[in-house]
Amino acid sequence: MSAAGRDTRAELQAVAEKVVESARRAGAHAAESLVRDGSELHVKVRLGEPELVQEASSRALGLRVFSEQRAATSYTSDFTPDGIERFVRDAVAAALLSEPDPLHELPASEELARADALPELELWDEAALAVDAGAALAQARRGEAAARAADPRVTGSEGASYARVAGAVAFATSGGFAGAYRGTYSSLIVEPICDDADGKKRNGYWWTAARHLDALEDAEAVGLKAAQRTVAKLGARKPETCEAPVVFDPEAGRALLDLLFSVIAGGAIWRQSSYLVGREGSRIASDLVTVVDDPLIPRAPGSRPFDGDGLPTRRNLVVEGGVLRTYLCDLYSARKLGRRSTGSASRAIGGNPHSASSNFILQAGASKPNDIVRGVERGFYVTDMMGFGFNPVTGDFSRGAGGFWIERGELAWPVSEATLSANFDRLWQSIDAVGDDLTLRTATAGPTFRVAGMTVAGK
Amino acid sequence: MTRYNQHVTPSTQDPYVAPFASGGAFAIDAGLAGQILAAALGRGGDYAELYFEYRVSGDFVMEEQRIRTVGRGVLLGLGVRVLRGDATGYAYTEDLALDRMLEAARTAAQIAAGGGAPEPVRARPVELPSFYAPAASSLAVPGETKLELLRRADRAARAYDPRIIRAEVTLSEEIKEILIVTSDGRLARDRQPLIRLGVRAVAEGPGGRRQAGSSGGGGRLGLDYFDQPAAAPEAHGREAARIAIQMLDAVEAPAGEMEVVLAPGDSGILLHEAVGHGLEADFNRKKTSNYTDRMGRPVASALCTVVDDGTVGKSRGSINVDDEGNLPRRNVLIERGVLAAYMQDRISARHFRLDPSGNGRRQSFRHVPMPRMTNTYLEPGTDHPEDIVRSVKRGLYAKRFSGGQVNISNGDFVFSLTESYLIEDGKLTAPLKDVNLIGNGPDVLTKVTAVGSDFKLSDGMWTCGKDGQSVPVGVGTPTVKIAAITVGGTKVQK
Repeated sequence: MSAAGRDTRAELQAVAEKVVESARRAGAHAAESLVRDGSELHVKVRLGEPELVQEASSRALGLRVFSEQRAATSYTSDFTPDGIERFVRDAVAAALLSEPDPLHELPASEELARADALPELELWDEAALAVDAGAALAQARRGEAAARAADPRVTGSEGASYARVAGAVAFATSGGFAGAYRGTYSSLIVEPICDDADGKKRNGYWWTAARHLDALEDAEAVGLKAAQRTVAKLGARKPETCEAPVVFDPEAGRALLDLLFSVIAGGAIWRQSSYLVGREGSRIASDLVTVVDDPLIPRAPGSRPFDGDGLPTRRNLVVEGGVLRTYLCDLYSARKLGRRSTGSASRAIGGNPHSASSNFILQAGASKPNDIVRGVERGFYVTDMMGFGFNPVTGDFSRGAGGFWIERGELAWPVSEATLSANFDRLWQSIDAVGDDLTLRTATAGPTFRVAGMTVAGK
Repeated sequence: MTRYNQHVTPSTQDPYVAPFASGGAFAIDAGLAGQILAAALGRGGDYAELYFEYRVSGDFVMEEQRIRTVGRGVLLGLGVRVLRGDATGYAYTEDLALDRMLEAARTAAQIAAGGGAPEPVRARPVELPSFYAPAASSLAVPGETKLELLRRADRAARAYDPRIIRAEVTLSEEIKEILIVTSDGRLARDRQPLIRLGVRAVAEGPGGRRQAGSSGGGGRLGLDYFDQPAAAPEAHGREAARIAIQMLDAVEAPAGEMEVVLAPGDSGILLHEAVGHGLEADFNRKKTSNYTDRMGRPVASALCTVVDDGTVGKSRGSINVDDEGNLPRRNVLIERGVLAAYMQDRISARHFRLDPSGNGRRQSFRHVPMPRMTNTYLEPGTDHPEDIVRSVKRGLYAKRFSGGQVNISNGDFVFSLTESYLIEDGKLTAPLKDVNLIGNGPDVLTKVTAVGSDFKLSDGMWTCGKDGQSVPVGVGTPTVKIAAITVGGTKVQK
């Protein structure tokens, strides 16, 4: 089975409905099935030569069954009739091992998304599929060549990669939902390397990605920007340990937004694994901060016409002028918290649904990014972060960071081997500038923003 | 769709034997493999390899004293790789019908632009060592037996202290059967068990302050893992609770450079990040590593001997054969401070004109192999661990970690502490809030000033990610002192 060039949605939906029916026949009281197929093309060139051409299509089938409020999940890639039958039987038997949970009920039918009236989100692009391995290699070559030609200080290359995925997903439940949608996503990344005076190598990257081919940045522009970002790191050093204002560029700031989502997700709230438990309706960020989660933006990377519970998706205003308006919940989390789902469920092929962000966006502010830097006498402009130092329960945040030191409103010299730390609650409350430079290249996105003060550790 | 062996019925004896094993519905032998390999070499590739994988996994989750989820998954497929010089063609299929396997072979063959096609050598079985017992997989054990393990861990965590308000326990089990057939005549089959238990406890102190603690472990074992006293479910439950309670008293961590003592065991993460990745040969072949062209030169303090060893019995990172059909070895990477070897896969070994070191690994049949670590550790030294702590006037003692990351090119690495203590006048004092350490690999290893005699290997819980591929690994170290490393706390030293 191949997704390329063929619309498989009806086919996948039929498989999902059949699996749900088999599960009911095998004794399940309720069942949900998620079926996916996809094709991938991934090529890489390095120093002008092809390094990898990978092409394949794949598929998978996931099932969740409820038996008297006992649940089991399962997945397989075996689609033969015998394989499916055994898979269903095993899942129903496995459910008897779990313990009853009164919240294990499918959504009421009036809550379900209307499969005949799903929003058209333009997630599929035929043109993206027309790019074959040869064309993809040519794009990657152009990007890498542009980076190498841009500056004599570019001395090496990690290569350039072009990737495309295309696939369809269908979801059916014994509660009466059956729907499917499909999408494409293409990307190009260029990764040049420079040799620094102290013998260290400096690497950087730039990339472009979009569901529709015509929204990809030109390969040469990507290469050029990759080179500029890499060369700028030459001579990077540790800053002095101090308290200072910190400006996050959109690439670095995205990581903070992902962490913010993790502590407003319904699953973290009912598990009491978030410092934002009990904070709904109160101030959690400065009044410059407005965050939405919007799955209905046409052509956006994180869009989806229905959620992992089969409920309609909707735009949720999450933080409004610094005030937390709502947690984002899947059905189970919502029931745990005694409320209604926000349509924020996602489910992996063989798992339980969980709260997940869609297009999670820090809304653009009024400031020009240059002015945000210009307003800093002495501080840190962060372009990349490393590591996982975040405790969601307490909000203690500590990460490796690199970028530029700001002196008298200018990017003065490159920084590496620094760490940033602050309590996350205070970090969001002390944002004192938000830029107007928002782009929706990634599902989690935000403009440049500035935090009034954080601890920067270096020497 | 054509099936080449419709007359064969699947074995019903053991439900966890691969369909491509002898007697299975899609049994693969050397002859059939040769046919697919010939197609893979049909455009003039100079090497081809088949990687069959069958993986059955199970997971159990207990939350709020209830077994909330029982999960099961089956992964089955074939990956075909064709090499032409340093270039790789790759394709895979989940359908093991012959026509689909041949189609995957022809797709992978595209990397070669034509020319003479060498015939594959008829494959012969490679005799494999046995670093993990081929014991019955835990998957075949009745579910109820496993649920009891979760309940024991849950009870122990909650009984540890009345301030424990939540416990979550997960048990993951897996059996992976692989069959590798190469065009240069190697055929290897392996069955790799893997088990892991994890406990997370949340404590609530005065004023509603909360903290979490985690403990876990496992390895290439079945349920016999839990027979070890330190690995009993109760031990992990109590340990998770202990950390959560301890951290209720945590104070702000300092910021800036200071002396750091690493506890034995999981601190091996530092080696994994600081030097391990930089010594994977692909980065050095491409001259993108900080260790490029430094073979035979000092790269660490003379106290440091760093080893990657895929042959440690039952450890999470161990393998009987790597994912390219080569045998694992004990590879000394740094010997008394001097760079001695890189970890090789097939492509890089050919580049450096060396034997593969048994480090070619991949996440699944959907992924190309590359040089990866197995169990990476620092050999023990002669210092007494207590003396090491006693020698520190003011510093940080690093005990538990949530993970690390490295930038291969410049060697900068971070690792995140979830349990650490201030050292004052040679004694551990206040527990510190979660904090990140940052350093530069080549720089930090020159600053190792003491290595303890108390070596410990991690209790299997680590997974390493590289280029989007995850593989299970082990790490290990004795107590180690580092003269200066940047601690990323919030409290600026006056």
